[in-house]
Amino acid sequence: MAIEEKRAWIMAVVTIVAYGTYLALVLNAAAGAPLGEAPYVYAMLWTIGGAIVAAILLNILAAIVSPRDGGKKDQRDKEINRLGEHIGQSFVILGAVLALLFAITGLAAFWIANVIYLAFVLSSILGSIAKIVAYRRGFQSW
Amino acid sequence: MVKATSITNTIRGLRFAHGEMTQAALADRVGVTRQTIIAIEQGRYSPSLEVAFQIARVFNRPLDDVFQYPAAQATEEETS
Repeated sequence: MAIEEKRAWIMAVVTIVAYGTYLALVLNAAAGAPLGEAPYVYAMLWTIGGAIVAAILLNILAAIVSPRDGGKKDQRDKEINRLGEHIGQSFVILGAVLALLFAITGLAAFWIANVIYLAFVLSSILGSIAKIVAYRRGFQSW
Repeated sequence: MVKATSITNTIRGLRFAHGEMTQAALADRVGVTRQTIIAIEQGRYSPSLEVAFQIARVFNRPLDDVFQYPAAQATEEETS
């Protein structure tokens, strides 16, 4: 497996675990009360921070256990990376537009923060899936 | 589903004809990863023209001997 494919797997798994943890924490904290009033800030900051640290550590580990790859990146890796980023980026834009609408219509900060977080999560997961599929199934640059 | 490339190649045969050159050795000579050589051999990736020429140069063959674009498929693509 190419080192870049391993990185895509790491990103997908870390994002899913972090967001799953966040949802569990917030839903638990809401405990039947309206979701918009649930405390979410610490859970959000900790899961985002934790995901960044976990991704860095796992990437270092992946580089250590696969010394033959040596982090080498060629033309195909760059093209696949570009494809994944391109697909992921559309969700960031969608999240930003929704956050804009939420702010204009005066929705609570909870919903604005959460729609942005969800957009980052979807961007990361779908971008990673696109990369993994490109590595597994094949990828043509036209 | 990813559209398969119409370009075929004879890299696998050429490697064996050149002292059973490994995919890793070819990858090193061309400056790409072994996974990219595997993907090219299996038709999962069409390399850039530059990489294609580099591969042909390793085998000391013209580009047409390494990569082929079958006429039947090419005509079909042009008319569709």
